[in-house]
Amino acid sequence: MMSVASLLNRENQNKAMEVVRSQRKSSLPNDAVSTLPLYRSAPPLEVRLEDFEFYAIDRLRVLKGISDGLSRGKKPDEMEKLVYDLWKENMRHPQASEVVNKDIISHFVLRLVYCRTEELRKWFLSMETTLFRHRFLHENPEVQKALFAEFDLPYKVVSRAEYETVKDMLNQVARSIGQSTDAIFYKVPFEEVPELVAGRRVFIKEGNAYIAMSQVVSLVVTQFRSHLSKALVLTNRKWTSMIREQEKDRLTPIIEALSTSYLGPDYSQPTKHTDISLKDIDQIAKSSFPLCMHHLFGKLREDHHLKHGGRMQLGLFLKGMGLKLDDALAFWKAEFSPKVGAERFDKEYAYSIRHNYGKEGKRTDYTPYSCQKIISSTPGVGDHHGCPYRHFSEENLRAALTRMGVGNRALEDVLDKVRNRHYQLACTLTFEAVHGSSCDAGINHPNQYYNDSRKILESPNNSSNP
Amino acid sequence: MTREEVENGRDYMLIDGEDNAVPDGFNADYLKVYYGKLFPCADMFKWLSYGNDGKHPGCDQSYSGRREFSFTLDNDIYLRFQSFNTASELENAIKEKCPFKIDIGPVYSVDPSKRHAYSQGGDNIFTPVERELVFDIDISDYDDVRYCCSGADVCLECWPLMTVAIKVIDTSLRDDFGFSHILWVYSGRRGVHCWVCDGKARRLNNEQRAAIADYFRVYKGNENSNKKVSLMGPALHPFLARSYTDVLQGYFEKRLLSSQNLFLNEERFEKILEMIPDESITSELRGKWLSNKRSKEDINVVRWEQLKHLLSSKKGQGHRRCIEEIVFSFTYPRLDMEVSKHMNHLLKAPFCVHPKTGRVCIPIDPNKCDELDPTAVPTLSKLIGDLNAGGFIAEGDNEWDGTSFVQCVKYFKEYFLDPLLKSCKEEIETSYNAKVKQSRNSISW
Repeated sequence: MMSVASLLNRENQNKAMEVVRSQRKSSLPNDAVSTLPLYRSAPPLEVRLEDFEFYAIDRLRVLKGISDGLSRGKKPDEMEKLVYDLWKENMRHPQASEVVNKDIISHFVLRLVYCRTEELRKWFLSMETTLFRHRFLHENPEVQKALFAEFDLPYKVVSRAEYETVKDMLNQVARSIGQSTDAIFYKVPFEEVPELVAGRRVFIKEGNAYIAMSQVVSLVVTQFRSHLSKALVLTNRKWTSMIREQEKDRLTPIIEALSTSYLGPDYSQPTKHTDISLKDIDQIAKSSFPLCMHHLFGKLREDHHLKHGGRMQLGLFLKGMGLKLDDALAFWKAEFSPKVGAERFDKEYAYSIRHNYGKEGKRTDYTPYSCQKIISSTPGVGDHHGCPYRHFSEENLRAALTRMGVGNRALEDVLDKVRNRHYQLACTLTFEAVHGSSCDAGINHPNQYYNDSRKILESPNNSSNP
Repeated sequence: MTREEVENGRDYMLIDGEDNAVPDGFNADYLKVYYGKLFPCADMFKWLSYGNDGKHPGCDQSYSGRREFSFTLDNDIYLRFQSFNTASELENAIKEKCPFKIDIGPVYSVDPSKRHAYSQGGDNIFTPVERELVFDIDISDYDDVRYCCSGADVCLECWPLMTVAIKVIDTSLRDDFGFSHILWVYSGRRGVHCWVCDGKARRLNNEQRAAIADYFRVYKGNENSNKKVSLMGPALHPFLARSYTDVLQGYFEKRLLSSQNLFLNEERFEKILEMIPDESITSELRGKWLSNKRSKEDINVVRWEQLKHLLSSKKGQGHRRCIEEIVFSFTYPRLDMEVSKHMNHLLKAPFCVHPKTGRVCIPIDPNKCDELDPTAVPTLSKLIGDLNAGGFIAEGDNEWDGTSFVQCVKYFKEYFLDPLLKSCKEEIETSYNAKVKQSRNSISW
């Protein structure tokens, strides 16, 4: 048996008081007791070692499911259903009294698992925040109000008199986003609700956003996110400074295994069996590049230029394939020189290529972009990066797929997925059409597309292909 | 130079799509004189110190020294992570290195020139902590809606697009977001930069910056999709509605429609007809325009009125929205989003000289942005000429006067710097007093 709190709260005794306080507060008002914890600090619960791991795996299944849903471009209402189903399926417990404990313990265990690198923290933060958002939305208004109160935010309801002065604008915003008008508004600094600002879903005046009661979730989620983000950095410090060493025979191996088993392979390290030679690259691009890279590659050949976003997306992909820095420099130089001249290439572009390989600037070894990142990018004028399934017009996409050799029937299936905004499924179907074999795992990463393609083409059974 | 080299050189310029001809007198010697006599180094440093160079106990003495400067030298050598503790350190470095370009980066958690010393401990604490909220707008991003120039070229026919951008963004930054210390700068060639310097703006995190940039984003086109702007919903957001009635509509109808000849020929009007989803309307208009009746009036105005008339005579919200979409497509600001979204993006300092045009990156008064003529801003050679004509000037003598450059520096100081420093001082005082009060309270419990 061990205590989660003793692991995480060791240095911070007054944290324990916080729990007591917030628990008392939420149990006070009425029947609207929430089952949604805010995870302010680790509770003093005893856990059996095997539960420690099982709970964490169950929660990971939920988070992984959310991650897949997001990268498939699911709409908010679809996400809500998905999250609800995932939660119900994985987070049950035979004893009703243990359900909340399982929730809390699994969350804190995963904090330990995912606190250890920037990349892991980012993923965990994003998935937990999404999870919290949908669980909050699923609660009834009374519970939502109680939770909102628990955050203890200093925001006031807009007074009647003030409401009258901005009423027209508030109604106009409501109409612009196709919502019915609300009567209760909170006035908060715009920085507190970035997602509402970004979507122009609120009226903003003199630095304040007027948010409707129905939008309070944004405010709560921002708070949740920023609290968790800070907590993860602290957890990381405790992990590196004490826990890892103290627990090296007991928890550390479990924790280190947990993070790798569920995040999928890491494409920041090029796969070993590949050794890409520049002379083969055209052939390989034709047979094994996903459409996004195929398109960038083609445009580069055609225009002898790509804007920044395209250079990053393609450049890191090539790096992930195993293209060495020297070869990368030679490749880009050969492509760019006809347009900008070799000298200007050396001056203006070589730096950023070395930068991608961690040889300049802050010397981070950059990771190739995942589908999720590519799908959510925003290509502008003159840009060719992004996900063709999402960013091309139907006409252009049809033409591009035809050039790739995707035939009638398959083509219509792909376009059908695109219309339903299942961009990665569209890419998966393209993969299947091009390779004439199935891809059960789905496409989540351009480098995965590439690796799977090479595996098929290089397998001995496939002698018809080069 | 052999004939071949000359040809190659010219080839290079053409393909580049830019006018690479170095203007008369852009050279290191002139630049040295400019940095020595004219560049307002002390005021720049004062600006970037935000009052922390004062004697008040609330000042953060390390603040200025944590700011990144980056110099691009004559031979394209790129010096990043320079930092300076005082105005004279900065001034000496500029005079000594004579950079062709000076970029300003964020204020970091530690002195950027010593960043490696701090990165040893495993935990990388070298991270940006403050940065002005910046915007970069390039006219080359408008190439699909201007016919007079392309690429890096600008003229008085297309420059109003930048004027529109300044007006729309400036108004919103002030009225919607409540910022008041905003500096607009001509970028020296093809666009404008905006620096929002309020304390609140400098402390925004990346997510909040991205939110503001997205709030401004309407244009969603890329090279592979047709629809450039789509305004959803049954009403426009108040910010867009205000921008439309106060700025976009007027500039579209009174300036750009005619100056860009938006309806001049079939190719051009087809581009606009593409934005109307109603087949019956487009074919009616196409028929009318192809029969090409001569008229004394401006053909662009005539055709636009016909289009508007036909669209508004039809029932349904979509048709009115369509008129707005066309106007937005041709006028609404197009921001370089990445520059605004991240704290660590570098941006060229005001009062630099653009090496390709020789023009000085002068501040623009947003209230008078209509008057800016990018082809007539002070150039390095002109300034040096004026200096020479003014006779010999003793070291440290500031009595040189007589060009628009002086007006620019004056604007920078009086309308931007002075009010900014005043509010910085107040902010430092307030937060200091609060801190003192807090510590007093905690003692007397």
